[in-house]
Amino acid sequence: MISGVASAYELVMPTLDYRTGPYAPNGIPFANGYGDYLNMLNERDGGINGARISLVPCETGYNTKKGVECYENTKGEGQSGALVFQPLSTGITYQLIPKASVDEIPIFSMGYGRTSAANGKVFPWVFNFPATYWSQATVFVQYIGEKEGGMANLKGKKIALVYHNSAYGKEPIRTLEKAAEKFGFEFLALPVDHPGQEQKATWLQIRREKPDWVMMWGWGVMNQVAIKEAASIRYPMDRFIGVWWSGSENDVLPAGAAADGYLSGAFHQPGDNFGAHDDIKKHVYDKGMGLGDRDRIGEVLYNRGLVAAMWTSEAIRTAMEIHGTNEIRGTHVRDGFEALEVDEARLKQLGLANFTIPVKVTCENHEGPGKVALQQWDAKAKKWNLVSDFYDPLRDITGPLIAEDSAMFAKENNVSMRSCN
Amino acid sequence: MNMLDFLFFIEVTLSGLMAGVMYSLVALGFVLIFKASGIFNFAQGVMALFAALTLVGLMEKFGFPIWLAIIGTIAVMIALAWLIERVMLRQLVNQEPIILFMATIGLAYVLEGMGDILWGSDVKVLDLGIPQGAWEWLYDKGVYIEKLEMFAAGTAAIMVAFLAVFFQKTRIGRALRAVADDHQAALSVGISLHTIWVIVWSVAGIVALVAGIMWGSKSGVQFSLSLIALKALPVLILGGFTSVPGAIIGGMIIGVGEKLAEVYVGPFVGGAIENWFAYMLALAFLLFRPQGLFGEKIIERV
Repeated sequence: MISGVASAYELVMPTLDYRTGPYAPNGIPFANGYGDYLNMLNERDGGINGARISLVPCETGYNTKKGVECYENTKGEGQSGALVFQPLSTGITYQLIPKASVDEIPIFSMGYGRTSAANGKVFPWVFNFPATYWSQATVFVQYIGEKEGGMANLKGKKIALVYHNSAYGKEPIRTLEKAAEKFGFEFLALPVDHPGQEQKATWLQIRREKPDWVMMWGWGVMNQVAIKEAASIRYPMDRFIGVWWSGSENDVLPAGAAADGYLSGAFHQPGDNFGAHDDIKKHVYDKGMGLGDRDRIGEVLYNRGLVAAMWTSEAIRTAMEIHGTNEIRGTHVRDGFEALEVDEARLKQLGLANFTIPVKVTCENHEGPGKVALQQWDAKAKKWNLVSDFYDPLRDITGPLIAEDSAMFAKENNVSMRSCN
Repeated sequence: MNMLDFLFFIEVTLSGLMAGVMYSLVALGFVLIFKASGIFNFAQGVMALFAALTLVGLMEKFGFPIWLAIIGTIAVMIALAWLIERVMLRQLVNQEPIILFMATIGLAYVLEGMGDILWGSDVKVLDLGIPQGAWEWLYDKGVYIEKLEMFAAGTAAIMVAFLAVFFQKTRIGRALRAVADDHQAALSVGISLHTIWVIVWSVAGIVALVAGIMWGSKSGVQFSLSLIALKALPVLILGGFTSVPGAIIGGMIIGVGEKLAEVYVGPFVGGAIENWFAYMLALAFLLFRPQGLFGEKIIERV
């Protein structure tokens, strides 16, 4: 273990937030959860192994150009330089991928970004655990198969995807096309342009096509409008599944009772009944240092930010242990990510027992477990509940796609695959 | 075309008409200000957001009943109009239209920031009891029409009737038209430009509130509401910047056009074409009627 004695060396962690603009309602709770957890570590433990965390916020407005500016402006901050970036945008992540390898700063695009970055041999600086969009898509297919009475019953079924017409929204298309080939269901892709305030034509098409299931890869106002439109055409909510970025309180509350039963992907629990939340309240909010409203601690996107901060801080702690110093830099943190193992026992120590899945990252596998569960909205109780176990992804579908896409990236960018032996 | 296809076509057309009226609600605010002052108010979308935020804020934070919150919001929008005239417009009398346009861009940022500071950035649920969901009677016959959009269409009709009477029959309305026709001539007969501007920005603020209520009821009140202005632009280009009926008819043409295009052409070109199709449609109109469908033809004698 590294000495926990207080040190003047600060661990600089820029936060690419979006607290303004059309996507702010989602950006704010994530940023609050991320910042509150790290501030709690500062207040409770004096940082990580005695080194305090210095958060450097930079507003991106969910705008790719601004996100890149934020990266450039903050990467050299402090003695340590930026140790890790969490862009919270697939568009920004795509732009930062080539920069990160030059600057040797890891990018932690937790559950978003470029899926094939799961291949650590080609993308040594990018991590997208605990699961990728492609894994999530295959989990949804399995869930649907289970509800239909077996994967064989998917044959002849029709599954639609309503997606944000952007790099992010298009991510699952190829996976779902492959799954459609394998299981014999019909796949229908319906794009919605930014920001998604008006989707009548899309939902009229769904009304005509009558898909058996609808998936959604949405973000921001697109989610709220889609759920309302689905309710209006009386599409059954328990056959409507959103990606984990389409499954927060923000997305369902405007639809009121009509959103009852809506499903979404999840990789952590909702709620604030965990030890880490208690510590945040005690060490951060009781001192008046909370970044948001106390009564919104535990919302889905708050917990998403919290879990991102937890894994990041654990990667930093691991890096310190590997290199025997707390004066670490981005290269060390990369090593920390590649040796990251947060199992049930560690989650319990962190006050997050059963909060999320155990994660083990390796040099080769930057996606980690790839497991995804489903949560369902209870409109009456106004809360999300996990309603399934964590499914393993269909690696026979995602594996070849990841290999193919990462190889293409390596070829186009003249990247030689590193050895992980 | 079988019966089901025909019913679906009717459904798409009707939905387009209704969606178009929702666009018209936003376009109306632009028209009012442009008509009276020649200013293209870039902040109209943000005004709709600000009005809706204020309405929800008064209900949520201060516990106002709906009727009092609406009156309170109207008062805020009138106060805002007065402030805009005092602080911004008064300083820019006789400036080029582009300067005034730029000032409204600044106004949009100020209002958005103020809304954020005053009421926060969360998605707020707006429930004024406006009926929502499919209209059962038609739904049972196989046609889906959204009740909220029908309500919006009815509201727009009442608002247009009110505005028509206001412009044509009242003294203030005539003064507004006089200012719109010729600032200098209006001033020379004793019409106060400043008062007229306050009135017209107040009316545009109230129209923005109505638009904010309708759109906010649909998606929750949130900052993306300000982007509905983008939906109003093709409507304005098509309908004409100075015509109230133009805003309504233009909205309906755009609404129907984009929905039909998305449903019947979209699948062949990858979909998500309705946004740009609306602009294409407006541009096509411009080729034949540069002043828009109902805009005033400008004849300049040299």
